[in-house]
Amino acid sequence: MAFEYAPAPESRAIVDIAPSYGLFIDGEFVESSGGELNKTVSPATEEVLAEYTQATAEDVDRAVKAARKAFEKWSALPGSERAKYLFRIARIIQERSRELAVLETLDNGKPIKETRDADLPLVAAHFFYYAGWADKLDHAGFGANPRPLGVAGQVIPWNFPLLMLAWKIAPALATGNTVVLKPAETTPLSALFFADICRQAGLPKGVVNIVTGDGRTGAALVAHPDVNKVAFTGSTAVGKEIARTVAGTAKKLTLELGGKGANIVFDDAPLDQAVEGIVNGIFFNQGQVCCAGSRLLVQESVQEELLDALKRRLSTLRLGDPLDKNTDIGAINSAEQLARITALAERGEAEGAERWSPACELPASGYWFAPTLFTNVTQAHTIAREEIFGPVLSVLTFRTPDEAVAKANNTQYGLSAGIWSEKGSRILAVANKLRAGVVWSNTFNKFDPTSPFGGYKESGFGREGGRHGLEAYLDV
Amino acid sequence: MPTTASSAHVLSDVAASDSTLRRFLHGLPGVDAVGLEARAASLGTRSIKTTAKAYAIDLAISMVDLTTLEGADTPGKVRALGAKAVHPDPTDRTTPTTAAVCVYPDMVAVAKEAVAGSGVKVASVATAFPAGRAALDVKLADVREAVAAGADEIDMVIDRGAFLAGRYLKVYDEIVAVKEACGTSARLKVIFETGELSTYDNIRRASWLGMLAGADFIKTSTGKVAVNATPANTLLMLEAVRDFRAQTGVQVGVKPAGGIRTSKDAIKFLVLVNETAGADWLDNHWFRFGASSLLNDLLMQRQKLATGRYSGPDYVTVD
Repeated sequence: MAFEYAPAPESRAIVDIAPSYGLFIDGEFVESSGGELNKTVSPATEEVLAEYTQATAEDVDRAVKAARKAFEKWSALPGSERAKYLFRIARIIQERSRELAVLETLDNGKPIKETRDADLPLVAAHFFYYAGWADKLDHAGFGANPRPLGVAGQVIPWNFPLLMLAWKIAPALATGNTVVLKPAETTPLSALFFADICRQAGLPKGVVNIVTGDGRTGAALVAHPDVNKVAFTGSTAVGKEIARTVAGTAKKLTLELGGKGANIVFDDAPLDQAVEGIVNGIFFNQGQVCCAGSRLLVQESVQEELLDALKRRLSTLRLGDPLDKNTDIGAINSAEQLARITALAERGEAEGAERWSPACELPASGYWFAPTLFTNVTQAHTIAREEIFGPVLSVLTFRTPDEAVAKANNTQYGLSAGIWSEKGSRILAVANKLRAGVVWSNTFNKFDPTSPFGGYKESGFGREGGRHGLEAYLDV
Repeated sequence: MPTTASSAHVLSDVAASDSTLRRFLHGLPGVDAVGLEARAASLGTRSIKTTAKAYAIDLAISMVDLTTLEGADTPGKVRALGAKAVHPDPTDRTTPTTAAVCVYPDMVAVAKEAVAGSGVKVASVATAFPAGRAALDVKLADVREAVAAGADEIDMVIDRGAFLAGRYLKVYDEIVAVKEACGTSARLKVIFETGELSTYDNIRRASWLGMLAGADFIKTSTGKVAVNATPANTLLMLEAVRDFRAQTGVQVGVKPAGGIRTSKDAIKFLVLVNETAGADWLDNHWFRFGASSLLNDLLMQRQKLATGRYSGPDYVTVD
């Protein structure tokens, strides 16, 4: 008899989702001027979770005005006062972390294991970290008394809804800016819950405003003449559009865009741990991670051994109900994203790469894609070049460190890379040659608020996190 | 670590000399401590409830090597232990028997009689347990005495001094000699004392060394030092037996020992087995818990699952 794990679902009773949500402007939930409503669904079941408001350009204008008004007082507060609010928000997030984890899992489709053990602890950590900076900006290396920029218009993606909110809002508030944030159209709920947390923390009105909606809302926010700073995380295509919109204005811009990270495994790597790192690199959050290690570059001499181990490991991944604490792989965020992943995987097959997935039953409803790996991939294949943003790993090989570096850098992106080797000098030598914003060694997809994150080339510019993350919100 | 068709041939030559053996053991993939511990911790978060928990508790009971290794052991204590191994919970005869009772060599005959006819095995720690600091002749005599008294299993300690000094062939030869002394009637468990080997690389090397020399089981520790079985070192040994079988076709058992006291801990170890070596290791021929206090917690949890109430330590026997 096999050791079958009985279902261990986290209760959803802890989270109280309203049937409909307005916009959070000037400290209040308000109706839209347009009245158009969108639905947000649970990707795992396609159940409608709530209706939310499609903010119009007029709503965006109201939000920016509120933020502008709040900016005067907020930026004039001593840093230590702003820190108090941020610490308070961080503590409330910790207190409500189980509720927020369940909410995020429902709305996004990612496993509760990840929202509970990765997302929420990091969200709180970011607020704590930037709270600590708020009264020390004079010592951040940008000269004495650096000034905030003003109103920040922030647009965030659906893969880490609350974490990306934290990456954007925490440094903005710590440095004295006020914020109008637009969450992604498929995952607006945690931002709306965050609005409630701002109220609970007694944050002054207008300091944080949340406008929900699709790309039209985002475009209105980015184009608004009274926004001083635009921060965007999302696809490279939208990033380019934003760059065009902002070009020629005085707005400051940071972009965190796509990636096609190389995960390089040398023959002297700790293989069992490398397998875990590969799995974490590409199957964490169903591969819907801009810094995912979606290209595995493995030294030819250990290719067979590593692939055997990897396939065996993939066979132990548990796909299914994201609220089950034992689930490793949850649902794909939307039907649209699933279609994109499916199309790119089919393209991979059509171009001659060899496709493999473990035996894996997909649930009948919802958006699902089995963990997939492609072998016999070359640099010329579409799946080695285009960001798939799904649980699809392309395996390439190399013979020498130089070849590994050349292949790793041969991409229009430059966000992340990984190196697996037991030899420290090799790790340092290779890391120096990789054109990527983050290089992990003997680990992958590890985040920390103290560590700056951002990319080269089409992966964007600017850094979030760490001391460097302050710069994007200061007039320096 | 080669996985080609010629690997069986390679393995037959690795013990030809100290240098070939060293080269082989040092050619095994390294172990990244941070990654290994993170993996063990993440498997520890599996949520095992209801039917899976009931299954796991019975499985864990059937894998316990109920152990008494005290200088003060008496025949009476060993008989009581034997009785408990046969009927762990006298109030519920559906409770599985434990895998074995584990005693010093001089108590084997007493233990053998106590468990006669039950299917419970008698294991004996021979080879100058727990330090292993005795001449090979003495160790072999210890083993022969235990086997002659009817021991079904021999738990030997390796010479950690020789291992740490890099004299791998000495350790290998000793295991081969002890295995021979076990004859065909007793299975051999090789104890590394992982806490004294100090690095994960050493634990992987020791695991392969033991398996190459003919161990039927590899076992973490004696239970007599500060650091005994941990999820990480057991995970590492499970990877070793998995890889060894893939390469040679020979299956070897794993026994974490010392420090596993609660059902919750035991279940975490079973998850490690399930998701690392796989279901083929999920029975007491291939996996054991070396423990003395674990059984009572398993029994209390079993009673709780059966009755819905937690009765407390007075509802299970003390030895």
